[in-house]
Amino acid sequence: MTHDELQDLIHPYVDGELDIVNTRELEKHLADCPECRALENRVRILSAGLQQSGAAHHAPARLRRSVRRALRKEAQESGSRLWIPLAVAACAVVLVGLAIVRGPVSRRDIADELIANHVRSLLASHLVDVASSNQHTVKPWFDGKVDFAPDVPDLAAEGFPLVGGRLEYLDNRTALALVYDRHKHPINLFVLPGSGGDESPATSKRRGYNLVHWRRGGLDYWAVSDLNSLELQQFGQHFTR
Amino acid sequence: MIQFRRSSRLTEFEARILAHLDAAYSLARFLMRNEHDAEDVVQEATLRAFRFYEGFRGENSRAWFLRVVRNTAYTALKRMSHREQEVEFDEELHTAEDASAVPAIRMDQELDRQAVREAIEELPPEFREVVALRELEGCAYKEIADIASVPVGTVMSRLARARRQLYSILAAKFPERTNT
Repeated sequence: MTHDELQDLIHPYVDGELDIVNTRELEKHLADCPECRALENRVRILSAGLQQSGAAHHAPARLRRSVRRALRKEAQESGSRLWIPLAVAACAVVLVGLAIVRGPVSRRDIADELIANHVRSLLASHLVDVASSNQHTVKPWFDGKVDFAPDVPDLAAEGFPLVGGRLEYLDNRTALALVYDRHKHPINLFVLPGSGGDESPATSKRRGYNLVHWRRGGLDYWAVSDLNSLELQQFGQHFTR
Repeated sequence: MIQFRRSSRLTEFEARILAHLDAAYSLARFLMRNEHDAEDVVQEATLRAFRFYEGFRGENSRAWFLRVVRNTAYTALKRMSHREQEVEFDEELHTAEDASAVPAIRMDQELDRQAVREAIEELPPEFREVVALRELEGCAYKEIADIASVPVGTVMSRLARARRQLYSILAAKFPERTNT
């Protein structure tokens, strides 16, 4: 990267929004470039000064009162046609309830285990055993370590670059996790042998994390991330394409 | 029963959305640049948000509400620009070619609150909003991108340019804070 390109990265760097690879490159450059160091310093000073200035405005009390008054009036007027969305919502609740009661109990248990593993992988900075964005490096690495061979597609073009893979222990057996990245949000994709026919990606939410599950070729795939559910669902769709 | 349902929807809306009323007002205030218009925008945006609330699936209530506020403010700004032509920000005037030509801001004393507000108000609206959201509300780039409906890369470049201008304005406005 050129000096100018690196200089553009100083703002996201100061804001803690730069990914690890670019951070390393920028830090190397900062060590050698007094001009960029000076800019970094200015951005930090300005940003800290603004944050401490208390310049944010606060809603006046009269606005708070008038907003509440207007809302109550609006709620009364729309009350008569309120039953339609409520009825829809009630049906949805019943359906979801049925799905939970009838769905396999083990699937709910494993969701907790998956999230725990996802969090642990981030806390311990033990995200990957084999770090590579190359599918032909990651896939063979698992040979002989697990007794199944998952898909490891290259999704960099779709905006989900591969970071690597690691071994996992899930549901009382050896499993593996592939790690993909989306705008600095790591996605752990857990793979373990399952039973039953193929299932297309389905989204769920647990303790603030989003999960997408699908089954393919006798393997269960679980994508876990703090990424929003829409993008995680897209990830599942690209993966199964 | 109807009464109960109605009030519970309102209660939920008040708890989840009105919790961000300060952030909403601050954004509107920086975009509109006066109290009266900011209050009108927030009032209108809150009612719109309440009407669309059924469609909100609950990812990030702050970003969702601020997006409604932001769009309402831009509509109001556009309406007003028909009446009075807004003075365009002169980037040349405030941005020195060479960053080192701009005197440094000394930060051994706190930046005066009113001075910061006035400096932000000199920026064009797209820059006012990134500064208000990032520096004053502490929003992540992704959140700002959602609120302003632009890609994260645009947020990044706008923020960089906004900060450069703001730095020049603060340094030029308050020479007692600068050392050359």
